[in-house]
Amino acid sequence: MANDLAMKERLAIPRVHMPELDATERSRNFAEVNRGLEMTDAVREAQRCIQCKHRPCVDGCPVGVSIPEVLDALAAEDLPLAARILRGDNALPAVCGRVCPQETQCEAKCVRGVKGDAVAIGYLERFVADWAMANPDRLGQADRPAASDRTVAVVGAGPAGLTAAGELARAGHRVTVFEALHDTGGVLRYGIPEFRLPKEIIDSEVEQLAALGVAIDCNVIIGKTLTLDQLRAEFDAVFIANGAGLPMMLDLKGENLKGVYSANELLTRVNLMEAGRNPAATTPVIAGKSVAVIGGGNTAMDCVRTARRLGAQRAMIVYRRSEAEMPARVEEIKHAKEEGVEFVMLTAPLEIIGNESGWVAALRCRRMELGPPDDSGRRKPVPVEGSEFDLPADVVVNAIGTRANPLLTATAPDLDLNTWGNIVVDDAGATSLPGVFAGGDMVRGGATVILAMGDGKRAAAAINRALAG
Amino acid sequence: MFEVLSNETLAPNLHRMVVRAPRIATARRPGQFVIVRADRGEERIPLTIGDADPAEGTITLFVQAIGASTRRIVSTPAGGSLRDVAGPLGQPTHIEQFGRVACVGGGVGTAVLYPLAKALAAAGNEVTSIIGGRSSQYIILADELAALSHELLVTTEDGTRGRKGFVTAALADLMADPERAPRLVLAVGPVPMMRAVAELTRPHGIQTLVSLNPIMIDGTGMCGGCRVVVGGESKFACVDGPEFDGHRVDYASLMDRLTTYREFEDAARCAADECRLGEVANG
Ligand SMILES: Cc1cc2nc3c(=O)[nH]c(=O)nc-3n(C[C@H](O)[C@H](O)[C@H](O)COP(=O)(O)OP(=O)(O)OC[C@H]3O[C@@H](n4cnc5c(N)ncnc54)[C@H](O)[C@@H]3O)c2cc1C
Ligand code: FES
Repeated sequence: MANDLAMKERLAIPRVHMPELDATERSRNFAEVNRGLEMTDAVREAQRCIQCKHRPCVDGCPVGVSIPEVLDALAAEDLPLAARILRGDNALPAVCGRVCPQETQCEAKCVRGVKGDAVAIGYLERFVADWAMANPDRLGQADRPAASDRTVAVVGAGPAGLTAAGELARAGHRVTVFEALHDTGGVLRYGIPEFRLPKEIIDSEVEQLAALGVAIDCNVIIGKTLTLDQLRAEFDAVFIANGAGLPMMLDLKGENLKGVYSANELLTRVNLMEAGRNPAATTPVIAGKSVAVIGGGNTAMDCVRTARRLGAQRAMIVYRRSEAEMPARVEEIKHAKEEGVEFVMLTAPLEIIGNESGWVAALRCRRMELGPPDDSGRRKPVPVEGSEFDLPADVVVNAIGTRANPLLTATAPDLDLNTWGNIVVDDAGATSLPGVFAGGDMVRGGATVILAMGDGKRAAAAINRALAG
Repeated sequence: MFEVLSNETLAPNLHRMVVRAPRIATARRPGQFVIVRADRGEERIPLTIGDADPAEGTITLFVQAIGASTRRIVSTPAGGSLRDVAGPLGQPTHIEQFGRVACVGGGVGTAVLYPLAKALAAAGNEVTSIIGGRSSQYIILADELAALSHELLVTTEDGTRGRKGFVTAALADLMADPERAPRLVLAVGPVPMMRAVAELTRPHGIQTLVSLNPIMIDGTGMCGGCRVVVGGESKFACVDGPEFDGHRVDYASLMDRLTTYREFEDAARCAADECRLGEVANG
């Protein structure tokens, strides 16, 4: 079937709704909340795209996925074609379809959003990617270029590293990915919970890389097990994508009480180590009855929704600005609210109060109000005098952010860093060391999956050029 | 996979295991540790690298079986393998010629102490080793330490070997003797023991290093679960430590944080004991 609907017909189609698990039911388990579209709904949604000539959605996508072409193929029910185009542009579409902030990227630019609802590009990306995962035999074999004898080391198996590895392997190079943890995926595995991104998706992406001949070497910490110099001696090029995994501390009194977690610790226990969600797992996690999560980003939403699923009767977001300033994806905020999460806005933590046995008892807070805009353009919260109050809590989670981890860079003194410890790169991703490239959160600070992947793709292209020359 | 080449019992629930891990064996310096996971689903357990043989590509681990995951590690026989061994992690001990050094070990802490004593002796220091335990069966590595030490002092709480009492008494005597008084003290063992050693040396201004064992997950600075308070500041033991200035450590906070998962540990122990009861009943 060709995608030859008249404009009027396209405009008449309402935006599709994502089928979701019931909020009460899902707030007690870790099953994926968004269930994915049915074929007929996906095709119909794709037909809403009016195929405009100037393709603003593509500009909104950090990796420039050929969105109109993918949607056109989907609208014509040619899924193999849609999948081939999508996968050619985006190495991890099943991931991006689930975790990208589409509302500020492609969908924000969609012409249909000007008077009505944007095309649900994210849902459709997920649909096509999931179809491709379920139907590998219908995709046709991708051409494998002749094997080169060049070798590339990739540091970190997060989205930046995995993307670069795929691109480099497709160019025929011999790629080894070194990962510090015992498993792949980076934040996709240890940070983003199962109910947003099922781990089998990462497994499937990594299996595809292995099939391309990428060697994955877990339990290797560059800077400790091997040095960057060793990699440079052994490989023709190195791509560093070790993320920004170092939690920032609150520097509040009571931070070392029992029951205070960094977001990374809580999420790693539950996601990577399966505490509280797999009865066979031996790693424990403290499941609070009343949990206060400090922060307003995706990480904070993931923590608070995880706490709810671990059994919290009260799960609260404590954020010093208002909801409009929250950096989290709108869908996460919506889902969190549906699941009964309380939003304690314009509230800053002052101190964590403990009980006589060293456990958290409350989070002492202060009300804030919005003053004039600060450097980031957001209105700066200022304290309201005399507004202190205690939020009863037995678990407090610090989700205020992470920084670059110096483990690798501390052992590579010639690598140029900025004042925050991030690696400095040029437009192609090249660092101050010849043959060494970097990307993802290690360069940008905590950013997004798609930007990390874009970096991986760009650096891989630069490495391909360098190795060809 | 990391092959286990040997596995022997040194003391009740304490095993010495030699594991093939060539890259770690080469990179490792005394004072560093690895994170071990016996198999899928198990906890990540930090273990000091007791010794390493870069030529053979092996490391030696001393493992005390206390919880479900450590029990899984020690139950891996020679010829079997451990799924994950990552390292070397943490800062190596600063080794130089200090002169007279006292190395104080309590219980399984002696295993952590041993590589440090060995490195200090090799650097030309006059090492006095003081090791203690509940009773003679808990005294480990006495021969190994005697071989490299100027003097080896053993204490047991029940007097079944060496001097009856705690290691601190032996250390106090050593400090009181101008001919033997150490310039540097290294203490590794249960937290109360390390605190007692630090309190003993503090008034004398003797530099004292302790090796801390907080709860860890990743061991790379990613989770912050291993944070300890040193000199009023939060430090990540896995990247900034595990050794710290013993006079600046907040031992009370460390001890308290170590009890975080006690309920889970007790429950796991109960479950395991029931299993064993089941085995006895069936056997
Ligand atoms: C909880 C949470 C939720 C998020 N939600 C979203 C979302 O919904 N949408 C979105 O777009 N973004 C989200 N982000 C941000 C996004 O996950 C990151 O921007 C992205 O993962 C960065 O990718 P990366 O490849 O640069 O690094 P990472 O994903 O951090 O991967 C780095 C990898 O390198 C490994 N490593 C580190 N040091 C070493 C070393 N020395 N040697 C070897 N390996 C090493 C790490 O173990 C890790 O596996 C979220 C982040 C968090 C923490
Ligand atoms: S163990 Fe996670 S930061 Fe130290």
